[in-house]
Amino acid sequence: MQENKKIAVENLNLYYGEHQALIDINVDLKEQKITALIGPSGCGKSTFLRVLNRMNDLIDGVRIAGKVTVDGEDIYDNNMDVVSLRKKVGMVFQRPNPFPMSIYDNIAYGPRIHGIKKKQVLDELVERSLQQSALWDEVKDRLNKPALGLSGGQQQRLCIARLLAVEPDVLLMDEPTSALDPISTLKVEELIHELKNTYTIVIVTHNMQQAARVSDYTAYFLTGELVEFDHTEQIFTRPRDQRTEDYITGRFG
Amino acid sequence: MTIMSSTRQTYDKALEDLQREILRLGSLVEAAIDEAVHSLAKQDAKLAQRVIDGDEAIDNLKREIEDKCMILIATQQPIAKDLRRIGTAFGIITDLERMGDHATDIAKITLRLANEPLIKPLIDIPRMAKLAQNMVRSVLDSYVNADIELAQKACSKDDEIDHLYRQVFDELLEIMQRDPRTVVQGTHLLLVARYLERIADHATNIGEGVLYLETGERKDLNL
Repeated sequence: MQENKKIAVENLNLYYGEHQALIDINVDLKEQKITALIGPSGCGKSTFLRVLNRMNDLIDGVRIAGKVTVDGEDIYDNNMDVVSLRKKVGMVFQRPNPFPMSIYDNIAYGPRIHGIKKKQVLDELVERSLQQSALWDEVKDRLNKPALGLSGGQQQRLCIARLLAVEPDVLLMDEPTSALDPISTLKVEELIHELKNTYTIVIVTHNMQQAARVSDYTAYFLTGELVEFDHTEQIFTRPRDQRTEDYITGRFG
Repeated sequence: MTIMSSTRQTYDKALEDLQREILRLGSLVEAAIDEAVHSLAKQDAKLAQRVIDGDEAIDNLKREIEDKCMILIATQQPIAKDLRRIGTAFGIITDLERMGDHATDIAKITLRLANEPLIKPLIDIPRMAKLAQNMVRSVLDSYVNADIELAQKACSKDDEIDHLYRQVFDELLEIMQRDPRTVVQGTHLLLVARYLERIADHATNIGEGVLYLETGERKDLNL
């Protein structure tokens, strides 16, 4: 199967004030593939994730040099509309963060903001998004109940459904299962696997086995550098760089 | 194996223990091969019986090591070189156990032939045995010392063993054709040569395993 690059990162350098958090990153992320970003705390992997939909713009003193394109479009171009970028490149966070409203309204929130008013269209979007996030069967009879009444795992799948409702291309996930129990974790992982057929996914995880289970590609970051990027199978059976080996086998530090 | 780390001492110790157990299995098998061939050359039924009786210990140790590997996988989730180490361990102990079986096979033939004169002086068979034993010894050394060069060198000896095997084969065929009364013993001696040739093949597998363990590369050392 032909693998197209969805996201291309060239000579990316990022500074928080004086501190350089990302150093000369060059990498292509493939379309409809899952890329896992791994590395110890402070290695730059979450910073890198946030570069991809300009979440770092909100932080004072951040300076970015280099080029990041999504579908060939330079996302740091002055003409780039950040709102439409974040619609196209959506993010799921560590802790599920549903809005304090009904399940239905959580999902319909994004589409409404983007101007969809017709109930029938919204109904369809809500159902489709919940189906896609494998939550529909569990919540279809209580769509008007508060989202905060769902379990943690359900809430995270709801957040994913909320993201899918605005029809993104790329899903960024920042440790999406770190607050979930093992079964909920596996459900979300299964879901991520399903979503790969439609979306390009980039996931930050501290769970090495999770990276091994869910991803097609793995990127290992260390002190701001991309040490190794390769097929996940390669990384987890015979990494090329000793630093990668030390980290994934737990002989770090 | 020198694994130094502060973060996974228990795990590292378990991996070192595993390697030690594999070497223990290796030395049991080496001894079995040695004694089996000796018993045949000296027509020593007592020694042969000892080899046959000893096979159970080899089988038991193999299973014990297998269990340890399974437990390490279940509890430590090995990856990268750790995973290759355990994957290779499964292969090595299987090859060693088979070698042990062949030693037993040879010892059983000793028992069958113990009370009859040999149809020919055994020269090439002990020579094959020596070569095969050296191979086993060398590949196990290469395993302990992570010595890829030694693994490759050891496996290159397989050709000599194959050559000797063909020589023994032709010679025995000729003897049997000349005198059909030698067929029963001749066939048994052929089997002995065949078992030794197989032992060398298993040693080659181990050499390939060492190469994979150390480099992650798959390479055929039996060309």
